[in-house]
Amino acid sequence: MGIAAMLGSPIKRREDPRLITGQATYVDDIKIPGMLHMSVLRSPYGHARINSINTEAARNHPGVVAVYTAEDLKGAVGNIAIAVPLGHVANGMGARGALAEGKVRFYGDPVAAVIADDRYTARDARDLIEVDYEPLPAVVDVEKAMQPDAPRLYEEFDTNVALSSHPPTDDIDKVFADTQANGGVVVKTRLVNQRLAPAPMETRGVVAEYRKAGKTLTVWSSSQIPHLLRNILAATVGLPQHQVRVIVPEVGGGFGCKLNIYPEELVAAFASMKTGHAVKWIEERSENLAATIHGRDQIDYVEVAATKEGKITGLKVHGISDLGSYSQIFTNVIMIAFGFPVSCGAYDIPAIHLSFDTVFTNKAPTDAYRGAGRPEATYVAERAIDLVAHELKMDPAEIRKINFIKQDQFPYKSAAGAVYDTGNYIIALEKAMELVDYQNLRAEQARKRAEGKLMGIGISSYIEICGFGPKGSAPVGLYESARIRVEQSGTVMVYTGSSPHGQGEETSFAQIVADEFSIPVENVMIMHGDTDSTPEGRGTYGSRTLAVGGSAVFNATQRLKEKMKLIASHMLEASPSDVTLEDGKFSVAGSPQKAVAFADVAATANLSNTLAPGIEPGLETTVFFEPEACVFPFGTHIAVVEVDKATGDVELTRFVAVDDCGRQINPLLVQGQVHGGIAQGVGQAMWEGVEYSEDGQLLTGTFMDYAMPIAPEFPEFELDHTVTLTTVNPLGVKGVGEAGTIGSTPAVAAAVADALNVAHVDMPFKREKIYNIIHQ
Amino acid sequence: MTMKRQITVTVNGEQHHSEVEPRMLLVHYLREALDLTGTHIGCDTSQCGACTVLLNGEAVKSCTVLAVQADESEVTTIEGLAPEGSLHPIQEGFWEKHGLQCGFCTPGMIMASYNLLKNNPNPTEAEIRKGLEGNICRCTGYQNIVRAVQYAAEHMRTSATEPVGAGGE
Repeated sequence: MGIAAMLGSPIKRREDPRLITGQATYVDDIKIPGMLHMSVLRSPYGHARINSINTEAARNHPGVVAVYTAEDLKGAVGNIAIAVPLGHVANGMGARGALAEGKVRFYGDPVAAVIADDRYTARDARDLIEVDYEPLPAVVDVEKAMQPDAPRLYEEFDTNVALSSHPPTDDIDKVFADTQANGGVVVKTRLVNQRLAPAPMETRGVVAEYRKAGKTLTVWSSSQIPHLLRNILAATVGLPQHQVRVIVPEVGGGFGCKLNIYPEELVAAFASMKTGHAVKWIEERSENLAATIHGRDQIDYVEVAATKEGKITGLKVHGISDLGSYSQIFTNVIMIAFGFPVSCGAYDIPAIHLSFDTVFTNKAPTDAYRGAGRPEATYVAERAIDLVAHELKMDPAEIRKINFIKQDQFPYKSAAGAVYDTGNYIIALEKAMELVDYQNLRAEQARKRAEGKLMGIGISSYIEICGFGPKGSAPVGLYESARIRVEQSGTVMVYTGSSPHGQGEETSFAQIVADEFSIPVENVMIMHGDTDSTPEGRGTYGSRTLAVGGSAVFNATQRLKEKMKLIASHMLEASPSDVTLEDGKFSVAGSPQKAVAFADVAATANLSNTLAPGIEPGLETTVFFEPEACVFPFGTHIAVVEVDKATGDVELTRFVAVDDCGRQINPLLVQGQVHGGIAQGVGQAMWEGVEYSEDGQLLTGTFMDYAMPIAPEFPEFELDHTVTLTTVNPLGVKGVGEAGTIGSTPAVAAAVADALNVAHVDMPFKREKIYNIIHQ
Repeated sequence: MTMKRQITVTVNGEQHHSEVEPRMLLVHYLREALDLTGTHIGCDTSQCGACTVLLNGEAVKSCTVLAVQADESEVTTIEGLAPEGSLHPIQEGFWEKHGLQCGFCTPGMIMASYNLLKNNPNPTEAEIRKGLEGNICRCTGYQNIVRAVQYAAEHMRTSATEPVGAGGE
């Protein structure tokens, strides 16, 4: 690649050569001499008391080194970290140790761990552990769990409800009454956002190696959060932070489920500290579907009021978040912290009323899954506006235009509290309509209906909130960091606190640096994932890595560029303010023949012993970037479906997406993120769903039962974009990791409702459900 | 401990004599005995295809094949698809068309694509999607995987490339 103009170039990823040749190193590829293997025994019940555990036969099995239960961890391993303990969670409700003590609360709850010479032996011995369970009544339905007579997960509390908020409704009631008095409408519905499995193709995995001599613990983990894992793990197993090093090797996908501190990471660390050997644990897929966090699982009672012309006057939402059995790091705040602030979506809604319950049930804990709260909130806003359109027999595009926040209203303070940075929602909608050829599509739909065929068109004009997080928005600073060193050769080493795991920031960060230094992109190295070499970061999630981590990288280049200009000015005998950097050369404004190459300045800075007074040798800096505000990407997705009346089969025939994530550093990577996001969002709408029986047995424990989307189920996605820069970071970027997932689900839901000419159908759109609606 | 069995397997052109437990899965044999960690395990139940390798030239999911079943056979893994230092057109296609993100499903996806193109050198988009239905990718939405296979088909028509020790016909 040539010099400069890398920003905006769809260059191929530098990550790929190792990945396409089988030379990448994922956690399970790590081998350490003397390494032992861990297997975890899990609860076969949704809810049960543990009367006793007999590990003798397992311990006596040849090749077994140790068997641990909660008893062994007492005083040595603390509880799982919870970021924002609120309500009863602050008083211990939802607290979990690394291994279940006294009770198990969901199918898959870890009970004991076997440490053995090899993985087959560990697995054999696991089957020799005898646990005397006393099954207890389970509750898996979140609304049943709220009833006073429901089985209680935490008996010391007289409820399963962790936190509720029911503010007075007088103001919204008045809005609704006034709207109706003026001839408007109030539409109500109940929306179920079903439970999903994040299911990255690489399951979780950890290798922990404790060296007794130096009391140092090194942990390789398939994680999105190396520094948080290091900090929290150290505190939880009782080691000083400097004695713990976390290395995140290649990670086979995260989607939010790897931004937690999990029991198995703690037990593996404990086991290594006890045995003095490295301990490896690799999650089986059946464990992944049972015991890794799930996403979504929220019920919303929605009431929306609008004038007879379709202008929304008020929105009232009661959200019920199914937390599952324990609070993991963000479990209890996904809905209220990440979803509620964007409840008004892209619309200028003058009044909103939000109330909620967060409730424990006998299922796996829920937590962040791609979008985390925002898909649920977007689903509510998009379904709400479609309900009004359906009620008023308006076109869904028209009603969106009437209600959009207008371009001159930014920065816009939403009634739900968030301040939107920038946006131009109507251009994305119009572009998507043009791309899908909306008018002709409606004509085609009318023709098909006349022939008795069911075709539906659904629109979703989403917004989301990314770039967490501004000062004061979280219990700890959610900054990102970059350390950049320009070596004497002119090669640039970038150490980022972010932790990409498939997104491609080794490539896009290099593009930023190459452009700012005007050097070939090959001369920029991006290092990440090792807490010993990278500056403190908060991890990769919430579509924040480019906006926050990329901005830290950008600012670090600016700082070094200033120093290099100063050094160059002495070399050129010019004033620093006259020195510019272009085409890989520092030169003096007005006399371009007076120039020194980037590499020459790098060499001088690193090697010279005659630098001007006041100039420190070397070229290295560390920058932390803490954003001033969040960013709000947006876009419009349009889905087209055809429904087979005879079978209830729903086919997604077209999918158009126009997304605006601000400046695109690498359009190829943006496209990839949007494709993958759409597939996951469509997956939720059409097929996916974690199911439990009433007594808490997991019914979707393999990929055969959990309907993972496959290639033949998708049409070719048709993409376009608009570019609306943000002003809250120096790159003008917003983030795109979750947009596809957030935007696509409501579009498909709207298309199916449109095809069936009903107000709403709950997801997923499986044949039986659709058939019954058609033939009821 | 179960009696171990002697097997002889040619992997990527190199012959290995090994002693394995009869229950050892081929994927564990490749990864742990031979240190060929390019083949991944994604689901343990042969739905996801991350462990796809060629056994005597045909794609198999190596998490549901025993190592002893590969006795006297030829196996090709992702490491043997192209000679050291070069890329097979399918690998090129995945790189050119951004057909991967986290990369975990990629080796299996590439091996399955090899099998697909061997049986159908000129597939339509629908045939590619159908041909890869036994391989799950959670990152890409499959679109760029389809393009990668189309790229490979185009380039393979102009250069007949055989993997190292592919065996079969």
